[in-house]
Amino acid sequence: MAHDTQALAPGNYARVGKATTERPLARWTLIGISLVFLLLILLLPLAAVFFEALRKGPEAFLEALADPETFSAIRLTLIVAGISVPLNLVFGIAAAWAIAKFEFKGKAFLTTLIDLPFSVSPVISGLVFVLLFGSHSILAPYLQSYGIKILFAVPALVLATVFVTFPFIARELIPLMQEQGTSDEEAALSLGASGWQTFWYVTLPNIKWGLLYGVLLCNARAMGEFGAVSVVSGHIRGVTNTMPLQVEILYNEYNFVAAFAVATLLALLALVTLVLKTLLELRYSAEISASRRH
Amino acid sequence: MAAQTRKSWQFRRPSVLPGFGLALGVTLFWLTLIVLIPLAGLAIRSSGLGAAKFWALAADPRTLNALRISFGTAFLAAILNVAFGIILAWVLVRYRFPGKRIIDAMVDLPFALPTAVAGIALTTLYAPNGWIGQFLTPLGIKVALTPLGIVIALVFVGLPFVVRTVQPVMEEIDREVEEAAATLGATRFQTISRVLLPGLAPAVLTGFALAFARGVGEYGSVIFIAGNIPYVSEIAPLLIVIRLEEFNYPAATAIAAVMLILSFSLLFVINLIQSWSRRRYGYGA
Repeated sequence: MAHDTQALAPGNYARVGKATTERPLARWTLIGISLVFLLLILLLPLAAVFFEALRKGPEAFLEALADPETFSAIRLTLIVAGISVPLNLVFGIAAAWAIAKFEFKGKAFLTTLIDLPFSVSPVISGLVFVLLFGSHSILAPYLQSYGIKILFAVPALVLATVFVTFPFIARELIPLMQEQGTSDEEAALSLGASGWQTFWYVTLPNIKWGLLYGVLLCNARAMGEFGAVSVVSGHIRGVTNTMPLQVEILYNEYNFVAAFAVATLLALLALVTLVLKTLLELRYSAEISASRRH
Repeated sequence: MAAQTRKSWQFRRPSVLPGFGLALGVTLFWLTLIVLIPLAGLAIRSSGLGAAKFWALAADPRTLNALRISFGTAFLAAILNVAFGIILAWVLVRYRFPGKRIIDAMVDLPFALPTAVAGIALTTLYAPNGWIGQFLTPLGIKVALTPLGIVIALVFVGLPFVVRTVQPVMEEIDREVEEAAATLGATRFQTISRVLLPGLAPAVLTGFALAFARGVGEYGSVIFIAGNIPYVSEIAPLLIVIRLEEFNYPAATAIAAVMLILSFSLLFVINLIQSWSRRRYGYGA
């Protein structure tokens, strides 16, 4: 929150004079527009989730959550995120180590490729795996003969989730590690530390808050992913439905209370993510990343 | 984004750090396995259709309409996000008011809230009997089940992209520039429109591009509010899903390929404009 110190306090405004700030009327109009806009676009939808879930009282809410299908959806979401996030964690650290600590040809191109999933529609992210593993693909006969089930099962859900959340942790770590430079590591190496020791005792402590920040965002997206997962899941109730898919099914069955009840869990996840993220930004802004200090 | 300004030191420093081969190996292996092979599969499948068939599938009126709706609504939503995003970023950077910290944190809600949740919540709000919809219905404005609903959903998902790219650049604006403009006799409005906003152009373009790209591909938050009426409010990602459910893989592949080609070329063009405006105005973004 660096700008708080930069932003002029009311006293300073007076000193600088009217020429470099807006008149109070303009100022409050802009603040008003912002607040109304955020109310209509962000806050009311969030409030609506909780309101609709509790519309028929807490009993109906709890009953909807106690449903075994909801339970299996929660379990599946945890499994998928529990596999995808660590995979991207390892990848993110490796990619950031190569890109931030070394200079090599084609680096910009590699960075572009890592960002690629951001500009691919979630539906297409799912589709590519359907094409790869579906019954019409070249791999289909092999998969069938070995009895491996990828599509409409957990492996495809994990693959699609990994694809969608692919850049998150790397994106967070690269600017941070670039900013930190290599002198700490060089010092450790010159004092006789091995490569792994250097990483474990020097680099990792330096990036831990930035890493946590990336994991937080990656996890929120992994648990909330809808489009990509929807395409590869096959919507088998109680088997391949993650929480967002369960929300969709319940909603389309006009079971609104149950749909919004499951949605409250996801909204709570979002709120917890936001709170933790804000705390990290306030407490460790210098250790997250320059681009995130706002 | 911040990296560009710091690049100079990297060339000076010869590296003694170990692990480059391992790190790059893991990166390339994982990138190839998860991203490149699947995307290449899509490219091979669509080129396997042959030009004539691909064209016939892509030029199908329903497909063309869905693409038009997807790109049109995403464009409109990105424009709206730029307008409100600049105001919001300005308010957050320059002014002090109660609850500012919370507002600042809330801007990231669309990043954290699953799209399906946002979709059903927005639909409930903007339905004719919803909290907001009930005020719009007497005015003759229909949001749910129309392209307008799609735009609102896309404004929701795209908002943080613009605010979060513009905000840090705004924080770095040199106050002296404004003071200079003021001493030279510029009114406040002139200072903002002629001095400050042009400098923000690269950041605004980045935000626009990110919001637009996200909007074109968005699925979860849109399908509930859109009503998905073919030729009217059916977006391209949904049409892909419909074709997949019909086991019409060639059509799904063709639509996906067209979408990817269009989005990548648009991003490429925006990148070109960006590097031009960065040369022209000098702010990093």
